[in-house]
Amino acid sequence: MPERTRRAILALADGTVFEGYACGAIGEAVGEVVFNTAMTGYQEVLTDPSYCGQLVCMTYPEIGNVGVNDEDSESDRIYAEGLIVKECWPTPSNWRSRMSLDEYLRRHQVVGIQGLDTRALVRHIRTHGAQQGVISSVDLDPESLVQKARSAPSMEGRDLVRQVTCREPYDWELGEWQPGGGFLRPSEAEIRDWPLVVAIDYGVKRNILRKLVTTGFRVRVMPAVSTAQEILAQNPDAIFLSNGPGDPAALPYARATVAELLGKRPIFGICLGHQILGLALGGRTYKLVFGHHGANHPVLDLRTRRVEITSQNHGFAVDVESISGKAELSHLNLNDHTVEGLRGLGTPFFSVQYHPEASPGPHDANYLFNRFRRLTELFARYGKSAMDYLESEV
Amino acid sequence: MGRRKDLHSVFVVGSGPITIGQACEFDYSGTQALKALKEEGLRVILLNSNPATIMTDPEFADRTYIEPLTAEVAAQVIERERPDALLPTLGGQTALNLAIELAESGVLERFGVKLIGASLEAIKKAEDRDRFRQAMVKIGLDVPASQIARSLDEAKRAVEKLGLPVIIRPSRTLGGTGGALSSEYNDFLAKVEWGLANSPSHEVLIEESIAGWKEFELEVMRDCADNVVIICSIENVDPMGVHTGDSITVAPAQTLTDKEYQLMRDAAQRIIREIGVDTGGSNIQFAVDPKTGRMVVIEMNPRVSRSSALASKATGFPIAKIAARLAIGYRLDELPNDITRKTPACFEPTIDYVVTKIPRFTFEKFRDAADELGPQMKSVGEVMAIGRTFKESLQKALRSLEIGSFGFDGVSERERKSLTRKALWERLCKPNSRRLYYVAEALRAGMTVEDIAAATKIDPWFIRSIAEIVEDERRLQASKTLDAYELRSLKQKGFSDRRIADLIGVDESEVRRCRHALGIFPAYKTVDTCAAEFEAFTPYFYSTYDGENEAQPTSRSKVVILGGGPNRIGQGIEFDYCCVHASMALRREGFETIMVNCNPETVSTDYDISDRLYFEPLTLEDVLEIVRLERPLGVIVQFGGQTPLKLATALERAGVPILGTPPDAIDRAEDRERFNALVAKLNLRQPRGAIARNEREAIEGAARIGYPVLIRPSYVLGGRAMEVVWDERALRSYVEGALSASEKRPLLIDQYLEGAIEVDVDAISDGQTVVIGGIMEHVERAGIHSGDSACVLPPQSLGSDIVAELMRQTKLLARELSVVGLINVQYAIFQGQVYVLEVNPRASRTVPFVSKAIGVPLAKLAAQVMVGRKLTELGFVTEKVPRHVSVKEAVFPFTRFAGVDPLLGPEMRSTGEVMGIDESFAAAFAKAQKAAMASLPTAGTAFLSVKDSDKRELDGVVHRLYRMGFKLLATDGTARFIRALGIPCDTVRKVAQGSPHVVDFIRDGKISLVINTPEVVGAADSASIRRTALECRIPYFTTMAGAQAAVTAIEALQRRPSKVQALQDYYRD
Repeated sequence: MPERTRRAILALADGTVFEGYACGAIGEAVGEVVFNTAMTGYQEVLTDPSYCGQLVCMTYPEIGNVGVNDEDSESDRIYAEGLIVKECWPTPSNWRSRMSLDEYLRRHQVVGIQGLDTRALVRHIRTHGAQQGVISSVDLDPESLVQKARSAPSMEGRDLVRQVTCREPYDWELGEWQPGGGFLRPSEAEIRDWPLVVAIDYGVKRNILRKLVTTGFRVRVMPAVSTAQEILAQNPDAIFLSNGPGDPAALPYARATVAELLGKRPIFGICLGHQILGLALGGRTYKLVFGHHGANHPVLDLRTRRVEITSQNHGFAVDVESISGKAELSHLNLNDHTVEGLRGLGTPFFSVQYHPEASPGPHDANYLFNRFRRLTELFARYGKSAMDYLESEV
Repeated sequence: MGRRKDLHSVFVVGSGPITIGQACEFDYSGTQALKALKEEGLRVILLNSNPATIMTDPEFADRTYIEPLTAEVAAQVIERERPDALLPTLGGQTALNLAIELAESGVLERFGVKLIGASLEAIKKAEDRDRFRQAMVKIGLDVPASQIARSLDEAKRAVEKLGLPVIIRPSRTLGGTGGALSSEYNDFLAKVEWGLANSPSHEVLIEESIAGWKEFELEVMRDCADNVVIICSIENVDPMGVHTGDSITVAPAQTLTDKEYQLMRDAAQRIIREIGVDTGGSNIQFAVDPKTGRMVVIEMNPRVSRSSALASKATGFPIAKIAARLAIGYRLDELPNDITRKTPACFEPTIDYVVTKIPRFTFEKFRDAADELGPQMKSVGEVMAIGRTFKESLQKALRSLEIGSFGFDGVSERERKSLTRKALWERLCKPNSRRLYYVAEALRAGMTVEDIAAATKIDPWFIRSIAEIVEDERRLQASKTLDAYELRSLKQKGFSDRRIADLIGVDESEVRRCRHALGIFPAYKTVDTCAAEFEAFTPYFYSTYDGENEAQPTSRSKVVILGGGPNRIGQGIEFDYCCVHASMALRREGFETIMVNCNPETVSTDYDISDRLYFEPLTLEDVLEIVRLERPLGVIVQFGGQTPLKLATALERAGVPILGTPPDAIDRAEDRERFNALVAKLNLRQPRGAIARNEREAIEGAARIGYPVLIRPSYVLGGRAMEVVWDERALRSYVEGALSASEKRPLLIDQYLEGAIEVDVDAISDGQTVVIGGIMEHVERAGIHSGDSACVLPPQSLGSDIVAELMRQTKLLARELSVVGLINVQYAIFQGQVYVLEVNPRASRTVPFVSKAIGVPLAKLAAQVMVGRKLTELGFVTEKVPRHVSVKEAVFPFTRFAGVDPLLGPEMRSTGEVMGIDESFAAAFAKAQKAAMASLPTAGTAFLSVKDSDKRELDGVVHRLYRMGFKLLATDGTARFIRALGIPCDTVRKVAQGSPHVVDFIRDGKISLVINTPEVVGAADSASIRRTALECRIPYFTTMAGAQAAVTAIEALQRRPSKVQALQDYYRD
């Protein structure tokens, strides 16, 4: 009891208020309140740039059990604006743990709230939709907090990508995490003949870059605002469109770049990258009521009829009708039948709404990285008809 | 897609009697499977020898065979029924082993029966440790270093390489029977020998010890399209070295990062694919080195298991039901998630609470067995609790156990005083059934979390949770006061009202009053598989002290049924059976039924059974809160055994209406003095008795009654600590032990009716009409606990006058006690007179057996009369005496407890029962023996060694055995006696006389039947005979009554081999 005495409040724009206790940094944070149903991987979630602008509620109640380690971050800092949990464990237990979650939050000046009925919050969001909220351990006046939540800008139409993308291009060299042995680091000699992929960074998760390396790509990361010319100037063999935060419709520059790149190089998009691809094809995106954030979403591969359990994190989706004729639906969400994957018709690209790089989450969709590598090889040999060859191999 | 079109009938094999390692979880999974298969329009044939199961109710299958679970019997069933397929993955290890036998002997092929769920190849690959290991290495997974040994020599060579300590695991045994850790060479050799003898395939695995590592389990499902999902991860609080079944476990895993968990998940997917389990559920166990994270694969069960029952209850995902559908060809994405209805079953449940399972032990029943936990499972039951935090679920689980514990209060003030730091340390180092309490005690004594973790190998994360609880206790004990904030905080950590009351020194009701005044009530949350992401349609709830209550009561007329809590000896599946029947009957009557129970193995805690399920501890506090919220018409306490019965009076006092027989009737039957008055009032006869509160009273009482006497503490279940005492010296020694053990409870002393025939009578009453359900004559004589005795229905040796008298007395008692519902009366027939031993105005252990024997669902009728229906309306007004004969035989867990003498006595020790049905007693008894222990031999050598007082009954037995062609073998005294009867008999040495002695003969397979009644209980010599017979699976009888029944049965077997018949056919007659 004594360690949790500083009160904190979570207020939602619709006037709903939850009381709890502070964890992490003392202060105030504003963002869209979303919930994530993954039972593991809070460190990955907090450091995922796609959570920029959001307050994340973890539905699993015991958070912080395994502390924070040196290897599991998806970026170099916490991107979530705040953390909402039932219980934030002060004393972790895991052989890789370097510090407690609480300390990690404090170091990164991230505000948290614990001890509230997080399930009630989830049920509220489920019914009333994701909305802006405020966590505060400095202002404990519910009315004032509700006002702050109301005046916070909505997710729709917001460009958060500019806040999270890299400033300068850089090369990424590390591969996947090896149990008991850090990260894979391919040798210079090994990578010499590998194809080069330019990863456009809308807020890329490191595990995507690691996966690309592990699959056998040399990886060059470029800022989201890069033009098609700048990208093609690198002479890449393939182009990757990363995940990222916010509303895809608010990124006309990204859409324009991708539209220009289409057909010129094989393209693979994940999450926001997938949505931008949809927009570049002339399609539409829309906001989901409370999005998909978790590690247990069943996705059907329409070609193989196999189901993948996937990691997901998105609040917007591509309207399938809007891209008909330009791409075909390759993957379907079995829970709500939303679009989970697209495949180019005659154009060498494919994309998924979910996260095949997992981290956190299941590895069922790992194969997509190999498929991307294969598409790159086929494109080098057959050009635009690479897609047909790829299909014949599936 | 959809289901296979080539299947029209499916043969399902159950798991047989409840034993340690195979309990009612297989009734739960089997029942689910049968329902699913029947819903698909398939003809379902069931084989199971356990009558106390829901699955053997005739309406759950088209053809129900309550017959022994042997390959021979299964083949007979297959020949008669010609099923298209055999589904062996839902009946535990028993069904799997049976399937292997049927496949290997060619029976399946001969009758064109397909093995569905798992192929023979997959089963063998998973079960054969050597092949499993090779398979793991092949797919690049790590396993503990190990070697298979098929002889002692091979074992010696293996241990040279591996070095001690090692684990010795016999292949293909139930629940790890025979598995043991050994760190000393001679001990190692002894354990290898034992293991070789007990493995059906005569091999043991000798394995690098990874004791002390962290243990995890994953529940995996796969469909025919190769979709694989993980239903649940489970982390063992206890380290490797303690059998999973004996481990405290939590779901989901608490101390793995996502990276580590996903590696395990990947491994699980690869394993199920490599082993080739086509469809259904599997359980895979992993160990992780807490220092380095090295992960090794331990084993895989290619079938639904105890852990899958737990995982189903923990997540709301019905593994067995889905497994059955997958086995007949459905794919996961074609099946809906019952709970959300809108999403498919092809997903991975995510939960937003913590589940804790704690096993329940009964070491007090096996006084010679040490309270030590190891690789061999010893627990007889388990509880599960759900809370929003680990602390809450842990404390809820503790009070669910019903061992008089309401929190971390297991170490009494007295024990604390005598518990030195060294002794405490030892108890931490050696896992035992009370380890949680010792962890708390160590924290109180100032040991650090790190030290305790080092001693116990329990992850510090769990110990810190306990430390927080202990710290709260300390603060509360010091301050003795509570404000609303503190009280809420304690309740959120799972503190019971009772524990809080104890800590501040007030009465429990005082805390409750105060809590209610402060407006602190539990909220009920839904178990929904999806952490509230989607709307749930199943009212499956748990309590927590969190904000929003999701259990909104309906306006319907409702009945609360209190379940039986954890399985234990004396209270098991039979009571769950009754609760389930009550719920089914009352739903049909139009009531909303609300089940409360905390046992994850049961059918009653399947959310499909009742309109609402509250997965909650069965304590006064927890029940009162549910009643407060639901406001039911009444509560049913008479079906769940002692558990709800103990609450009856307090519930009534709290104004809760109790349905059926008034609680006062229970008190009249249980309170000794009131019971005496009752018997006197009705002019019935009972054994002379006395109550003693101290040694002097005991000695005086016994003298007045006359020795021998039966002595026991009052208010105990299953004859706990009951003994026959023959003289004053033995009495004194008993009193010394018992009075301290049972604190304020007085001792009950009764005249021991030596040689009397015991009879159980079950009856039902609606308050006006009383109808006898069944009269069961015990095979063993008075002095053997009724739960441990074989019994037969209808009675075989009682005259019609006695039967009429038994009926008259039962009806009289039922009327006098105003019974509305069930009543069970135990009688002894002694020198032609009927004595009342015990009256239980509630459902008894024998209700399912009687119901199956007579074909009338007594528990259902009882539930109906409790809500006001009359037996005349229900059409049950006269006794039903079937033409066929039914025998119930008890099944014991002796093999689990090394060093325990497998003798029957007044203290109940059986864990389960089987039923044999046939045209005659002899044939039915033979079946029951076969189902319970081993087939009775029809030829060979019978060994006899009986006490002097039994010798007069020996005459008939030896003559009959001799006539049937048995060779007779006996120890000196018995042999001389037999030869004096004019029958040839060889002499064999006693163990004390040196090799080759009788035990050697049994080991070498030279003896096929053992009749051994001991002179003195616990005599080492004869105990080793019984132990060896037990371990070598040679039928043995320790009472003359049992021996006579066996001989009768053997005679019947010689006349004609056993035939099988479905329950549905018996009822048709």
